[in-house]
Amino acid sequence: MPAGLTDGVEQATMTDAAADEVEPTRGAIMVVRSLTKRFGGLVANRNVDFDIPQRSIVSLIGPNGAGKTTFFNQLTGMLQPTEGEIEFNGVSIVGLGPHQIVELGVGRTFQNIRLFSDMTAMANVMVGRHSRMKSQWYEAILHLPRVREEEEATRQRARELLDLVGLARRYEDESAKNLPYGDQRRLEIARALASDPKLLLLDEPTAGMNPGETGRMTEFIGQLRRDLGISILLIEHDMKVVMGVSDRITVLDYGEKIAEGLPEEIRTNPQVIEAYLGKQAHA
Amino acid sequence: MRLRLPERLSFVDLILWGLRVAIVVFVLVGSYATLSQGVLGFDGWRTLLIVGVAQGSIYALIALGYTLVYGVLFMINFAHGEVFMAGVFTAFFAATALADSGILNGNPLFGLAIIFAVSMVTSMVVAVILERVAYRPLRRAPRLVPLITAIGASLFLQYTFRSLYGSGVRSYPTIEILTGTFDIAGVPIQKTQVVVIVSAILLMVGLYFFVQRTRTGRAMRAVSEDKDVAAMMGINVDRVISTTFAIGGLLAGAAGILYVFLFNSVSFSMGFLPGIKAFTAAVLGGIGNIVGAMLGGLFLGVLESIGPFLFLDGLGVPSTNQLRDVVAFTLLVLVLIFRPYGILGRKE
Repeated sequence: MPAGLTDGVEQATMTDAAADEVEPTRGAIMVVRSLTKRFGGLVANRNVDFDIPQRSIVSLIGPNGAGKTTFFNQLTGMLQPTEGEIEFNGVSIVGLGPHQIVELGVGRTFQNIRLFSDMTAMANVMVGRHSRMKSQWYEAILHLPRVREEEEATRQRARELLDLVGLARRYEDESAKNLPYGDQRRLEIARALASDPKLLLLDEPTAGMNPGETGRMTEFIGQLRRDLGISILLIEHDMKVVMGVSDRITVLDYGEKIAEGLPEEIRTNPQVIEAYLGKQAHA
Repeated sequence: MRLRLPERLSFVDLILWGLRVAIVVFVLVGSYATLSQGVLGFDGWRTLLIVGVAQGSIYALIALGYTLVYGVLFMINFAHGEVFMAGVFTAFFAATALADSGILNGNPLFGLAIIFAVSMVTSMVVAVILERVAYRPLRRAPRLVPLITAIGASLFLQYTFRSLYGSGVRSYPTIEILTGTFDIAGVPIQKTQVVVIVSAILLMVGLYFFVQRTRTGRAMRAVSEDKDVAAMMGINVDRVISTTFAIGGLLAGAAGILYVFLFNSVSFSMGFLPGIKAFTAAVLGGIGNIVGAMLGGLFLGVLESIGPFLFLDGLGVPSTNQLRDVVAFTLLVLVLIFRPYGILGRKE
């Protein structure tokens, strides 16, 4: 593990100690308490407690259908929890719409890439910056000078972000749908970063990537936290990525949290192994 | 009894191909007959063309309202013709007051600015209220529901304005600076037509840049592609939809004033026909496509102006001028049969 990670690990250990009292972790950027989501009779998340310490990389893993994406969607306001509480930076975000939560500082990417495929790479990132721009539509019609200034500043910022994620300049004016797969994933991250998030939610960022691309992405995620000082919540199936990059790991199965801890603890946790491999593997 | 047909050509295909050939033959024969009789000289055709472009640019402005709304909501706002009517009908009272007090012809630019402003703002307000009251509660309903609501809203608006302003047809006051002709490169063109075409082009170019180059324009495109993701980018989807209606309303309000420059009269039912024509233009260009709506409007205007005479006069059809609506709606039917996604639209 890179040296920069020690910070997060220390905080993570503190979380562990505090876990029994269900107290908000000191310095946690996101605190989730007894979150439950029901769809009719189906319980997608049951009583989940979850903390994301400042500047940490936390992973959420679990078999398919364990309720990971449902959990994600509640953190971003795309779904409203049935019960429970979600606090971001000390503010309750239950009942807020996605655009309000983005404004508070949560950005996300999607499991199956959801770029605005007909818009250019540049326009995608500029849309991502929407919540940090102020100009109103009637000001644009009136051609106020500050509208143009803001537009220029946004373009500049978008260019920096495209550089940061390593997207070649020549792609700037290319429609998002024409970009190679790996670059589309990078573009999605640039777009999410454009809103200046304090917490970045990545939903399977290495899905569909070859080992080389996966390696680079893993490194890039670590670098993001180091360089930007943001916290990252990761849903990921690739155990190599999860074990390599996470400070803490939480495991969901059938909507419930079955384990939480450091990567080494999770790797050897019998309950986790059972959830992934089934009871036969044990027998 | 079953018809036996070649494997790769269904019965329907056969009929469609027959129809295609018949249309082409009809258009060619009609045009040839008309042109060979030489009733109309070059000047005559040019006049028809200019009339068509002027009319078409108004269709284009209204069509943009249909296409913008379709872009973000995937519904046809059949009450858009009434949004158009509401503005220009309301501005009629401002125009008469300005004319009576002598301002309209004493200080015409100021007067026209007020008339445009009244019409555009009224249409905008009507469009925004329409969305808020009639469409937003039905956002998650099946697609047929808002469509029927739109037809209801259309009638509601027509008869509301009828009871507000009366059922008579009223004439706009004459605006002196717009009477007469300009000489453009030796060609005399009516001033009203020049003003209509130039203003429409300016508005359309403005809209294009608005959608491409501004925060709200990008948000509109984002909402049009994927509402959930747009929301996750910090876009207030409801507000963007509201704004889209507002911009469609502003354009319709401006189109209304340009319309009275050409036709001079207003009534509560005046929105119906231009509304349906503009809808045709939007479908023709590819609904949801902004440039398509502009081109579709212009094409429809020109076809409507030139088509009846060109195709039918030579075949001995009398008073072809009254058949413009027939040509327009025949075009709508043909577009729906052969290219329902329009000229610039994409096959889905």
